[in-house]
Amino acid sequence: MPEIKPRRPGPTPTSSDAEGTAALLRELVAHLRGNRTQLREEWARRITEAKLLTAMTKEEIFAEATSIYDNYVDVLETGAVEALQAYARNLSERIIPRGVETHEVVGIVLLLRDVMARSLFEKYQSDFALLNRVLDAYEPAANRIANTVAVGFVQERERIIREQQEAIRELSTPVLPVRERLLILPIIGVIDPQRARQLTEQLLRGIRTNRAKVVVIDITGVPSIDSTVANHLVQTVESARLLGATVIVTGLSPEIAQTLVTIGVDLGKMNTVGDLRGGIEEAERLLGYKVHPLTESPTAQA
Amino acid sequence: MVVPILKQGQYLIASVQAALTDTDLLKLRDALTEQVGTYRSRGVIMDVTALDVMDSFACRTLSDLAVMIKLRGAETVIVGIQPEVAFSMVQLGLKLEGVATALDLEEGLAYLDQKVKRVARAINEQKR
Repeated sequence: MPEIKPRRPGPTPTSSDAEGTAALLRELVAHLRGNRTQLREEWARRITEAKLLTAMTKEEIFAEATSIYDNYVDVLETGAVEALQAYARNLSERIIPRGVETHEVVGIVLLLRDVMARSLFEKYQSDFALLNRVLDAYEPAANRIANTVAVGFVQERERIIREQQEAIRELSTPVLPVRERLLILPIIGVIDPQRARQLTEQLLRGIRTNRAKVVVIDITGVPSIDSTVANHLVQTVESARLLGATVIVTGLSPEIAQTLVTIGVDLGKMNTVGDLRGGIEEAERLLGYKVHPLTESPTAQA
Repeated sequence: MVVPILKQGQYLIASVQAALTDTDLLKLRDALTEQVGTYRSRGVIMDVTALDVMDSFACRTLSDLAVMIKLRGAETVIVGIQPEVAFSMVQLGLKLEGVATALDLEEGLAYLDQKVKRVARAINEQKR
């Protein structure tokens, strides 16, 4: 009858196993610290070889590689990823504006993992059982690090995207008072339903706060329009009328004019003028302004 | 909820202070059409600043009111529709067509002044 022996790298680690793992990790860390210069250079070489981080110079790559390497080994030693998380966020902040892609960041971390694993293979290749245990200790920690860095990078990237979306939203619909009781709303770029809704809100609020009587909506910068947005535009004009303001729409491009007629949007009640200049002149007429050049006024009076 | 109707010079001002039931609205309509004759008013201002909802009944009553007042020889202007109310009205297809609107009481008075002056001028020209 064969003797039943507990397998050494058991699936459920006992406390002695955990201690063993910790001891191994310490040994590992010592090894990685000892070979820091050589491994780091190997890593930087492989980053260049793989054509990653092309947006950065060799020196920069080496400097970053050093900090990542040290952070990496620290995490292996302590198991605390907070410092690495902070570093990853900081690194992402610096490199995202320079156009570094997600695959590059993940790529370099995986390369480092590979470089280190190879060095471990080399060191322990004579003792297969020990190598097995070393890898048991190394792999989960290394995976965790790769995960932390990648997630940190992606989160930072998403944060930047959110910020930019916010900025675009705020910039997209300026409501400009040009004269007393006259507002201009220049629209540039494609209008999607969400933007259209926001535009209406801002315009109606602008009419109220500026006590506007005439509003010129200039859509010269709008390349195309669909039926939802066109209907929204008509509704905006109607709502503005309920607030006692007249809306003049200017700068309808030939394409938009054709689209509107083809899809059969009722624009009968909309006041349209060819260009912004004409729109402002019409608005001034409605408000009772008369603008004439200074040089001509004396002769006109004389 | 009774809506106070104030006489201000040639005009009547009905200032709605809170949400109105359908009956209140009809009472207001009757009172206004009545008083336009009593005070020989030239214009009526409906101030709906305080309303945050305008349903189809309210809109139809206001449109009807405008026509009735016109028949009694005066002008109507509705003032103070809130931006959100305006947009939801338009989305529901309640456009108050043929009814004059203005931003607030001041604007409404200015509109009526202009309108009444134009009528007076037309009458004077006819006399000449």
